[in-house]
Amino acid sequence: MQQVCLIRTRHRAKGGLTVPDVRIVNVTKKFGDIVAVKNVSLHIYDKEYFSLLGPSGCGKTTLLRLIAGLIQPDEGEIYIGDRLVNDIPPEDRDIGFVFQTFALFPHMNAWNNVIYGPKVKGFDMKKADTIGHEVLDMVRLHERLDAFPNELSGGMIQRIAVARALAAGAKTLLLDEPLGQLDAKVRNELRYEIRRMSKDLGLTAIHVTHDQSEAMAISDRIAVMKKGKVLQVGTPKELYMNPQSIFVAHFIGESNFLEGYVVNENTNEVSIEFRGGIRVSVTNKTVKRDDRVVLAIRPEVFIIEKGRKKSKNSMLGSVERVTFEGTNIRYEVRLENQDLVVIVKPSLVGEWFNTGEKVTVSFSSEKTRVFAYPDVGLREEIAVE
Amino acid sequence: MAKPRITEALDKLSSKKPIKYGVYSTAVIIFFALILLPPILGIIIKWNTMQQVLIKPELMSRALTAVANSFTIALFVSTIDVIAGVPMAWLITRGKSKWLNVLDTLADIPFVVPTAALGYSLLLFWSEPEGISSLFGSSLISPGWLLVTLLHFTFSYPVVVRVIVGALLDYKMEYEQASRTLGAPPLAAARTVTFPIIKPSLIAAFILAFSRSISETGATIIVAGIIFENGPVFIQKITDDFKAVPPRIDQFSYQGSLAFASFVLIVISLIIFGIIRILGPKLKLPIKRIWPTFERKLSYSKATLSRDSVTLLIFFAIILAPSLFVALPAFEAIFTETLPNAILGVSIWSEYWQSLILSYSLGAIVTVFNVIIGLPMAIIVARRKAGTLTSTVLDLLVNVPLIVPSIALGVSLKFFWKETFTFIPEMLLLIFAHLAITYPYFVRSMSAAIERIGVDTEEAARTLGAKPLGVFRTIILPLTKYSILSGAIMVFTRSVSETGATLAVVTTLRTAPVVIVDWVKQKLPVPVTPLEIGLGCGFLILFSFIILLALRLIVRGKGRY
Repeated sequence: MQQVCLIRTRHRAKGGLTVPDVRIVNVTKKFGDIVAVKNVSLHIYDKEYFSLLGPSGCGKTTLLRLIAGLIQPDEGEIYIGDRLVNDIPPEDRDIGFVFQTFALFPHMNAWNNVIYGPKVKGFDMKKADTIGHEVLDMVRLHERLDAFPNELSGGMIQRIAVARALAAGAKTLLLDEPLGQLDAKVRNELRYEIRRMSKDLGLTAIHVTHDQSEAMAISDRIAVMKKGKVLQVGTPKELYMNPQSIFVAHFIGESNFLEGYVVNENTNEVSIEFRGGIRVSVTNKTVKRDDRVVLAIRPEVFIIEKGRKKSKNSMLGSVERVTFEGTNIRYEVRLENQDLVVIVKPSLVGEWFNTGEKVTVSFSSEKTRVFAYPDVGLREEIAVE
Repeated sequence: MAKPRITEALDKLSSKKPIKYGVYSTAVIIFFALILLPPILGIIIKWNTMQQVLIKPELMSRALTAVANSFTIALFVSTIDVIAGVPMAWLITRGKSKWLNVLDTLADIPFVVPTAALGYSLLLFWSEPEGISSLFGSSLISPGWLLVTLLHFTFSYPVVVRVIVGALLDYKMEYEQASRTLGAPPLAAARTVTFPIIKPSLIAAFILAFSRSISETGATIIVAGIIFENGPVFIQKITDDFKAVPPRIDQFSYQGSLAFASFVLIVISLIIFGIIRILGPKLKLPIKRIWPTFERKLSYSKATLSRDSVTLLIFFAIILAPSLFVALPAFEAIFTETLPNAILGVSIWSEYWQSLILSYSLGAIVTVFNVIIGLPMAIIVARRKAGTLTSTVLDLLVNVPLIVPSIALGVSLKFFWKETFTFIPEMLLLIFAHLAITYPYFVRSMSAAIERIGVDTEEAARTLGAKPLGVFRTIILPLTKYSILSGAIMVFTRSVSETGATLAVVTTLRTAPVVIVDWVKQKLPVPVTPLEIGLGCGFLILFSFIILLALRLIVRGKGRY
């Protein structure tokens, strides 16, 4: 017998075109003198799993609350689907919101929390019941429907909160650090479950997080934010492989930053001299001779070899610290010019190096990024607080 | 800087079990000996005299009617208070206008006005030709049950608003926001999520309004008129009859009536409080049914504008204007010879100034006593120092004086102390009475503040080497000093305002509210003019306001504790 699946039917009713589902156009939000969101524009596509990523205080939660209608923008426009929603209250925006603290109603059991949305939207009780059972099946918590929030574990509360948001039948799911309060193990399991449910139901999901590994693991695209501005939007791979700013290179994954000056420029390559006279050549067209620059190199890009080796872009150093991290080994190498670089290598591949050992580190010029030295200084540029 | 030797020695002493338990035991003994048992024993002592009422059906019927009036008005007023207070609290906490801060402050004004002055102000406003009655040509509301009801609504309204405002400010907005994002219009979100969550505060507000209404005496006597009687008015009238020359009632009937009325007031109050305490948590607000379309209509534009307009109209027309109306004759008195007479202490003013000094000194003494004996009890209650069960029982018992009508408490205390210790000075009796009435205010406020400090904070201090007294001195005291101050303010204002218990326990000493009541009721050999009463009320309000403002300025913005 074919089971009637109301929740899926309702969620999929609008079809599957890839068009902007949520559009944010030049939105600014101030709290007193503090500009929380500064002239932000974003397009989030239909059925996309989109993350807003950034350090605490970067404006990502404010942006999510603006989309939900919990606060109003000072400037700009927000569209959900085809509707301009600036003046539409949250209950009419057709969104589901999962709060960081989950905000399950403490005076209602799991079941009443879940069917609250269908009830307040005026569904008849039979339909509300069917939806309630469907979403509880999806989060596999049918056996705890009589439990009150204070009787559930953190993971269960999180799943009920997601179920409640899904049961309301919204096409857009907004998640404000939904995994932030959970244990690491539960967090890792649930992040994939949320994405799976969102994709199964064909929802547009906007997920706020400060955890770059979480965002990378679950997102179709990510917007990296800092101080109220969106610095870069892209797929996890684009952001990792091609960061457009020092902050993104620093915040997404890990990078070594080496400071120097451009001493020579050719058609496709520039030569950079670090302190101590070390010279390297990298592929770049944006910087010019005498520019002060920062070279960003991922830890896994470095090649590390014992002793002195002569090759392109090689530097001498000695291993200062070795940390075994399970999958990887992490080396901290002090270069001849006293700069410190971090190098990560798979622990089960290649040779290991010991503390104090003299080594040569080198890198491929195509796999590095060169940025103009920031006006505010490198330390300030990559600061996350 | 090294610790003074005496502090170090006391710190060390505090870790000794006999000392620690000695302090807590003393606090409990003082509570039982001075606060809880005397009123109960006072009634028991006069148990036999109650027969005098039982054998006089007319007197008994009068007493029972008066008591019934007390509870009817208290229940009605408390219900209306919560119904009218919720929209006001909502407006103050959720409104967006910058004027709401002003409204928030204005809502406290009736709280600052001592109730005797408030009673006179309402009498002028609603009944006397100088007030709103001038528009109608005759007394709009004559003294009697309606004016008493209005009075009780006026003075308990700010208390209810304050409690609900506090609850709404502490309430986690995310619940309501979650409800809104799930599709609930604002009214449905408030009805199905916010109010069920803050239900304990709504019940607390109801209980406070109820106990204030049951206890209020001075202002009620002023506005009750000749015929209407509630419990406190009945007790006061019987006392007046006994003190009249020649007495209009014999001593046994007088004592019997007082004991009977006090007993019934106390017992029914305790029963009602018990019922609310037991049934309150089980009370379910109607949240199962939701009417999305209807509630949406009531959530926006015209409906909310109408709600806010009615709320403001009630506040300004029924609460604020009548409360401050006494300022008119007080202001008028400034331009007559009343003011110089008052300043020079001529005629009735000499007693007035003495009563004012007595009121404020009494308030100060009672406040200091409360801090000394209330702090250890607050710690016992908050930290369950006497074991979970005993501490819970103490927690409940501490509330008893709060819900016992103050005049009944005063009558019982008089019976107990004057019969048992005939030599006791009247001032001491007055202190005991005010201490019994104000004690719960301080202990409640302090225990709540201590509960807010995590036990782990104290444990951290202990693991770092602090002795129990050291923990109190360096952790509890700094974190709760502003709660101590707020508790002290509550005790002080309550003591200065208190009339019922004062009337019951004293024969010669007269506090300012008692003097105001006497002036209004024209109990003095010389007639007292409205300008004199107005100025007397004005001074009382002014000084109370200055003291409270000074204390509020000290407390303001000093953190949540």
